[in-house]
Amino acid sequence: MQLDDLNALVAKHVGARKKIVLRTCMSAGCMSSQADVIKKNLEAEVKAQGLEADVEVRRVGCMGFCGQGPLIGVDGLSAKEKLFEFVKPTDAPAIVGSLKGGACDVQAGNPDHPFFAKQMRIVRANGGIVDPERIEDYLAAGGYQALHQVLTEMQLAGVVEEITKSGLRGRGGAGFLTGLKWGTVAKSAGAKKYVVCNGDEGDPGAFMDRSVLESDPHLVLEGMAIAAYAVGADQGFLYVRAEYPLAIARLQTAIKQAKQLGLLGGGIFESPFNFNVDIRIGAGAFVCGEETALMASVEGKRGTPRPRPPFPAESGLWGCPTLINNVETFANITAIINRGGAWYAGIGTEKSKGTKVFALTGKIRNNGLIEVPMGIPLRQIVEEMGGGAPAGGQIKSVQTGGPSGGCIPAAYLDTPVDYESLTKLGSIMGSGGMVVMDDATNMVEIAKFYMEFCMEESCGKCIPCRTGTAQMFHLLEKITQRRGTARDLAKLEELCDMVRHTSLCGLGQTAPNPVASTLKFFRAEYEALLQPDPHGPRANGSVKTAEAVTP
Amino acid sequence: MAAKTLIIDGKEVSAEEGATVLQVARDNGVKLPTLCHLEGVYDVGACRLCLVEIAGTTKLLPACTTKISEGMRITTDSDRLRKYRRMTIELLFAERNHVCAVCVSNGHCELQTLAYSLGMDHVRYDYIFPKWNVDLTHRMFGMDHNRCILCTRCVRVCWHIEGAGTKNVAGRGATSKIISDLNQPWGDSESCTECGKCVMACPTGALFNKGTTTGEMEHDRDKLEFIVNAREKQQWLP
Amino acid sequence: MKLRVATVWLGGCSGCHMSFLDMDEYLIELAGLIDLVYSPVIDVKEFPDQVDVCLIEGAVCNEDNLEILRKIRERTRVLVSFGDCAVTGNVPAMRNPFGDDNRTDVLQRAYIDNTQDNPGVPKADGIVPQLLERVVPVHEAVYVEYFLPGCPPPAARIQEILGQIVTGQTPKLTGPQLKFG
Repeated sequence: MQLDDLNALVAKHVGARKKIVLRTCMSAGCMSSQADVIKKNLEAEVKAQGLEADVEVRRVGCMGFCGQGPLIGVDGLSAKEKLFEFVKPTDAPAIVGSLKGGACDVQAGNPDHPFFAKQMRIVRANGGIVDPERIEDYLAAGGYQALHQVLTEMQLAGVVEEITKSGLRGRGGAGFLTGLKWGTVAKSAGAKKYVVCNGDEGDPGAFMDRSVLESDPHLVLEGMAIAAYAVGADQGFLYVRAEYPLAIARLQTAIKQAKQLGLLGGGIFESPFNFNVDIRIGAGAFVCGEETALMASVEGKRGTPRPRPPFPAESGLWGCPTLINNVETFANITAIINRGGAWYAGIGTEKSKGTKVFALTGKIRNNGLIEVPMGIPLRQIVEEMGGGAPAGGQIKSVQTGGPSGGCIPAAYLDTPVDYESLTKLGSIMGSGGMVVMDDATNMVEIAKFYMEFCMEESCGKCIPCRTGTAQMFHLLEKITQRRGTARDLAKLEELCDMVRHTSLCGLGQTAPNPVASTLKFFRAEYEALLQPDPHGPRANGSVKTAEAVTP
Repeated sequence: MAAKTLIIDGKEVSAEEGATVLQVARDNGVKLPTLCHLEGVYDVGACRLCLVEIAGTTKLLPACTTKISEGMRITTDSDRLRKYRRMTIELLFAERNHVCAVCVSNGHCELQTLAYSLGMDHVRYDYIFPKWNVDLTHRMFGMDHNRCILCTRCVRVCWHIEGAGTKNVAGRGATSKIISDLNQPWGDSESCTECGKCVMACPTGALFNKGTTTGEMEHDRDKLEFIVNAREKQQWLP
Repeated sequence: MKLRVATVWLGGCSGCHMSFLDMDEYLIELAGLIDLVYSPVIDVKEFPDQVDVCLIEGAVCNEDNLEILRKIRERTRVLVSFGDCAVTGNVPAMRNPFGDDNRTDVLQRAYIDNTQDNPGVPKADGIVPQLLERVVPVHEAVYVEYFLPGCPPPAARIQEILGQIVTGQTPKLTGPQLKFG
């Protein structure tokens, strides 16, 4: 298909749109509160109230303010309200009635709320606006223009150069320079190359990638296609965890639609470029988010990491050069191509460019997804956008980076959110989980929670991660149960150092972070739980005495 | 093949391109502790005992999977490495039920030998004492999961030397387990050829010949290298 | 002044003490160098005060073991875990993997299931001590200075460490002298 044909299709689609649009969030969060029934009821109500000619009910992806869901957005001149919150299926008559000026007691949201106003939406630009199951909607929003531009106007090296110029860094957590990675794969010798998208988002409290995949699947596919062109690959794999069935279904639909329009498959835009994408579904192992474990899983093997080097860029899937990036990284690509690397590099800080999506959760008033420019102070996110802790509480700490990250104490809320600043505080940017904790939170329990997570999710291959995390969890259990002594704390710290420096992959290497960071900032909480040694300061005194037993 | 010059523990040595740090160290008389490494099968870098310091990188790298390069400066022994190695062994002893005194491999066990050569006089971590069973369903061999350190040598020899693919790893983390076929009793396995290579490969008393008692199980680990050399290089060297 | 040395037998098979006696003629030399103030091989009922060194055989299995161990720790300058049961828990600790009910289960097995005459768990408060929930090595119950592994430690190994102690050196075993089992 040529660009003209595509534009004609878009024109037809846009022409058929109605004056007023009721955008119904049908992302997993709102769906769990019956968004599908709400949409059905709205449609029936539009018909019943005779508004079919003017009003359409559109399925859209995540609007971000998940804590207030289910959400309905209203576009169109006659609409009084722009946003409805906490919508129930029985609210349909009132909402539709309000379009004609009727009374409506459904809670109205404020689209100018700081939660929205302070955002800068690049990755999530289409979230809550386009219908994720209709490619025409994505095309109407300018979709696949970047791919066309790349295929018709740009050299391979030019694409890599543009990405390099943008300063984009991997959004999976480690923050490796994307342009450098693409360049390495592009230069790696090999007749067959692969592009892999890592959608195995597994951090507790993180749902950024799920939302992107559910709300705007084509954005990721287009980013992958551009990457494939740039590095010389013709096959892509989208690795999505099985816990994201809606994302998988929408991706399947998206791939089918893109193929029908010749935007994936052979001879894209009638160029010699071929690119196919297959979905691979993860079976529930957190470690498969680690790139070498993920590739083993794609190959059909047990998902365990292997030592690097060789890096995937040199030797990845089936030994071929492989580009592997996170969902959010790919979701940034079209904007960079459309608006230029220099534009992107203008956003953010010196070393952290662009925006970052965070899943803002925990003890905070406003829960949901936000996309903010890099370098924004943590305080703005937590206090202005998040609205601070719920009544009576005070913010104590912000956890970023999930089980690989750390807890940043409230005293550091003025820290700018960028890769280096967070690392300096013993946390990491991570994939975007941001869990806010208030003063009722016990930090030792938090550390124990994350350690248990790492222990259970360790693949079992290397000794430090497999059994070091088990011992650390055991020590934390002892301390929280007030059976631990100063010696136990010393052992815990020693294990933090050992597991960090000797584990095989990132999971093990970062598993001590939640413990190390809470020890750094909240050491007194640990010490308050320690018991004096009953038999001299050096004894470890962990024996439980017996109760009578009679068989 | 081109030769590379590098420095191991202050000593200048040369080696063939493509060699691993472990090969070069051993060729030059430098001792490095290993548990998952086995001559004859590929390396996985899992036990982390052969970690070495390499100038220019802050990360410790496993000698068994790291290829040498020109001018590489390697330190195989330092206070820090010794400490980590001892901790690794202690963690293994605390993880499952390694009761040396009543083990079939007492006196012939790589874990036991490493423990004393690394100066482990006791285990500082609390023993976990998990419950594991012993699979005695096979006609000739037994598998005692209490003694297993999950080095996966048995899995690798089963797939890549014997080609039977009977042994595998199931589960995650500390509950990982070596299984036969699809987690069936070993005796019910239809793929097992009863070649015994897994038993030969085992560093501890986890895999043993039935009928052996305390201290009687001696694993013939060199046999595997012999088989591979005979097969691939047509060298029939003892 | 001669070193005041004690040896004690907790949850173990007494094999370590047998090995101690296997030091043969060195025992005579040793007798000139130390005062053996408490031991299963001499008839002293109460663990004395101001003991310099105590060799502890056996794991900590019951209330009685724990009680005497704590007393020993209070009254002794240097503790040596003597043999694998003391160092690792060894065979006595093999009941631990049977979980929370292991005490009930082992008593049932030993005194009821496998007996033909008069099955019944011995019970006499104050005389038969209660089993601990879990058997632990000595250093999990009290602080231990030195470790002498082996099942049993060979006589030469015991002699080595005692020799170091009586000559005022810091006890230190290396290499195969540290072999478990």
